[in-house]
Amino acid sequence: MNITAPDLPSSRAKDGAIYLDNAATSWPKPPGVARSMCHFLDEVGANPGRSGHRMSIEAARIVYAAREAVASLFGESDPLRVVFGLNVTDGINLALHGLLKPGDNVITTGMEHNAVMRPLHDLQQIGVEVTQVPCRVDGSLEPERVEGAIRSVTRMIVLNHASNVCGTILPIREVGQIARRHDLLTLVDTAQSAGVLPIDMKDDAIDLLAFTGHKSLYGPMGTGGLIIGERIQPADLHPLRQGGTGSRSEREIQPEFFPDRCESGTANAVGLAGLLSALEWLRTQGVEKIREHEKALCTSLLEGLAGIPGVVVHGPRDADRQTATIAFNIRGLEASTVGLRLDEEFNILCRVGLHCAPSAHQTLGTFPDGCVRLGLGAFNTAADVQQALEAVSQLAREAG
Amino acid sequence: MSPACAVVLVDSTSRALRIEKILLSQGMTCKLIPVPRHLSSDCGVCVRILKSEMETIRTVLNEHQLNDLEIEVI
Repeated sequence: MNITAPDLPSSRAKDGAIYLDNAATSWPKPPGVARSMCHFLDEVGANPGRSGHRMSIEAARIVYAAREAVASLFGESDPLRVVFGLNVTDGINLALHGLLKPGDNVITTGMEHNAVMRPLHDLQQIGVEVTQVPCRVDGSLEPERVEGAIRSVTRMIVLNHASNVCGTILPIREVGQIARRHDLLTLVDTAQSAGVLPIDMKDDAIDLLAFTGHKSLYGPMGTGGLIIGERIQPADLHPLRQGGTGSRSEREIQPEFFPDRCESGTANAVGLAGLLSALEWLRTQGVEKIREHEKALCTSLLEGLAGIPGVVVHGPRDADRQTATIAFNIRGLEASTVGLRLDEEFNILCRVGLHCAPSAHQTLGTFPDGCVRLGLGAFNTAADVQQALEAVSQLAREAG
Repeated sequence: MSPACAVVLVDSTSRALRIEKILLSQGMTCKLIPVPRHLSSDCGVCVRILKSEMETIRTVLNEHQLNDLEIEVI
């Protein structure tokens, strides 16, 4: 175990359960996240950016520091281009609904989450045309297929960086470079990759980066948003919500500058205080170190599952080509049964079903039955993996 | 007698915080305060600076592409 902290939290719940559902939300959180949130509530408390008194300024300072930390993690030089929202879904909706217009074509992939597919489906109703480029059966994407789908009316390419079902890493940099060559915008859903894979707005040619705070950034739920690259001007992006921003109060039209243009209403400053603490922890550990740790666990889990008769693993089955999210089925057992028995009999918590991603399951050939998903995180250990393998092995033996 | 001051008017608290950070890192004196009513009806904050540092600060802000900001003596 390379992850270090003086008071490292355990991946075991108080009742002894092993938490392997980090792809849904990470748990536990690093030491300091909850403390920062309590500190905000107990001692800072005021509304950020709404008043000029010292408590309000202190609150705004915390939110701004979180903005800087997010910008720094993703290589964005201007923290004011970080727009906070509820989560990654909020960020994706802002980008898609805020930029696409009837007649535009948008290209996406066969591995997307409903956070992308549902807004796109809605936009189709107003005349936005959607092209879905198929992926291989392991979820991987050939960038040239994306390039082949580009038409004169194409305006944007939207894709996830890593699959929430089976961890497959998509070639965002290659796709970003293709988009730049054709003067298109690229929107990347980093829900499953932010904090475990290096991501850089410039190097990866990303125009819009949607992120969530509560997964591998290790912050609390209710934090996330969108980073808006410099190729997009405020006037080009229609906000999802309008309202009070604490700025330009004399005017009844929405401000035309970031982040205020897209951040109406009081921010989740408590959550952002927690996210700031989490990002400081992440910076101390280093994304590469967390990736190495998770890769080692992922390799053990993949090798172990490959040796269990009756277990079918979906996705790349290669820790270099995926995040530490592993999808599988046991022949003869429904995924929901596996999930329930892992929970009740083996104290292992995971997610089963379709994972809000019917497209991805169709690509993987697991639709409509779904699969079992084990999501490893920074605080999981080799012992957690071993225990999961023993449990799956026993279930597979009984099913066989 | 307190020193003569000026304020940098900004369009958002986020921007005020960015300016504060830049000025403090360059050893300038500054403080975020509510915008004086006679300068704006906005409910936000501005950055109070020393009048004696006004020109240096203008140069620093220009170097950070913040050259569209009004600075008013108060």
